[in-house]
Amino acid sequence: MKVSVVKNILAANDRIAQENRALFDKNNLVVFNLMSSPGAGKTSLLERTIDVLKNDLKIGVIEGDIQSSHDAERIAEKGIPVVQINTGGACHLDGNMIRDTFAEFDFNELDLLVVENVGNLVCPAEFQVGEDFKVMILSVTEGEDKPSKYPLMFRESKVLLINKIDLIPYLDCSLESFKKEALKVNPDLTVFEISCKTGEGLDAWCDWLRDQVKTRK
Amino acid sequence: MHEMSIAQSLIDIVRDEMGKHGVTVLKSVRIQIGQLSAIVPDSLSFCFNIMTSGTDLEGAELMMEIIPLRGVCKTCKVEFEIKDYAFECPECGSPKIDTISGQELSILDMEVE
Repeated sequence: MKVSVVKNILAANDRIAQENRALFDKNNLVVFNLMSSPGAGKTSLLERTIDVLKNDLKIGVIEGDIQSSHDAERIAEKGIPVVQINTGGACHLDGNMIRDTFAEFDFNELDLLVVENVGNLVCPAEFQVGEDFKVMILSVTEGEDKPSKYPLMFRESKVLLINKIDLIPYLDCSLESFKKEALKVNPDLTVFEISCKTGEGLDAWCDWLRDQVKTRK
Repeated sequence: MHEMSIAQSLIDIVRDEMGKHGVTVLKSVRIQIGQLSAIVPDSLSFCFNIMTSGTDLEGAELMMEIIPLRGVCKTCKVEFEIKDYAFECPECGSPKIDTISGQELSILDMEVE
């Protein structure tokens, strides 16, 4: 006997993500899902962003890693609320893992919540967590072929941060080529060129983020 | 290796549907995977087999249909297959493209007894 089902396989996760989103919306909280390959600079970006914005915005962070709490400790030093999720092997965060952290936060007290996903260019793109938008980092040492090799993540993201631009002089590629390849996969990307080491470009990114929160309030 | 999570979600749906229809034997299940979705079919098949072996679902076949990535140009409305992940209209060169297929990750139907 044939039984017709026609259902999204990730429907259960999508439903939890929608519930998370409804709760964030109720609290006027802007939430973004930060994704990149390992070592592209997610935690460094957060440290820098928090330094610039912490007097203007109340920020919370959820740190996702397979193991360890190094990243959460780095964020906690900035004096903002942070919860570490250890996925214990899973290569991505999902809606349920995010929901499990809610008891640790007072959402009324926050303007912006950042979910730092597990470092991985593939899996996190498939799983919604309830975010308003996705932000991804591509560091220049990874090479400009990454958008065409991992198109889903570039397609799903609203913002692309091209990081480590201070290293461009030592590489055989131009900043333009990174931008061009990324926009080929997703022409709607908002692109910022930054260096978490020198601080270049971070003000433009932080201004943009501040605007997102202002629009929400 | 998120195929494990996907296989688990798939098996959860299959069990739920089997319960609803009061059937106990799963012969096969048919799913659609879009070309743009970040799923490796061989890995998914491997995970599905491991997770069903030794259970009442052992031996069920997972049939996967890969859906090509297609888009429609917002400017000139032409429909085309998006090759090499270049989101650009082959007719007018516009980069404003809506994808119409290729992001599926759905269960279609299952053969049960």
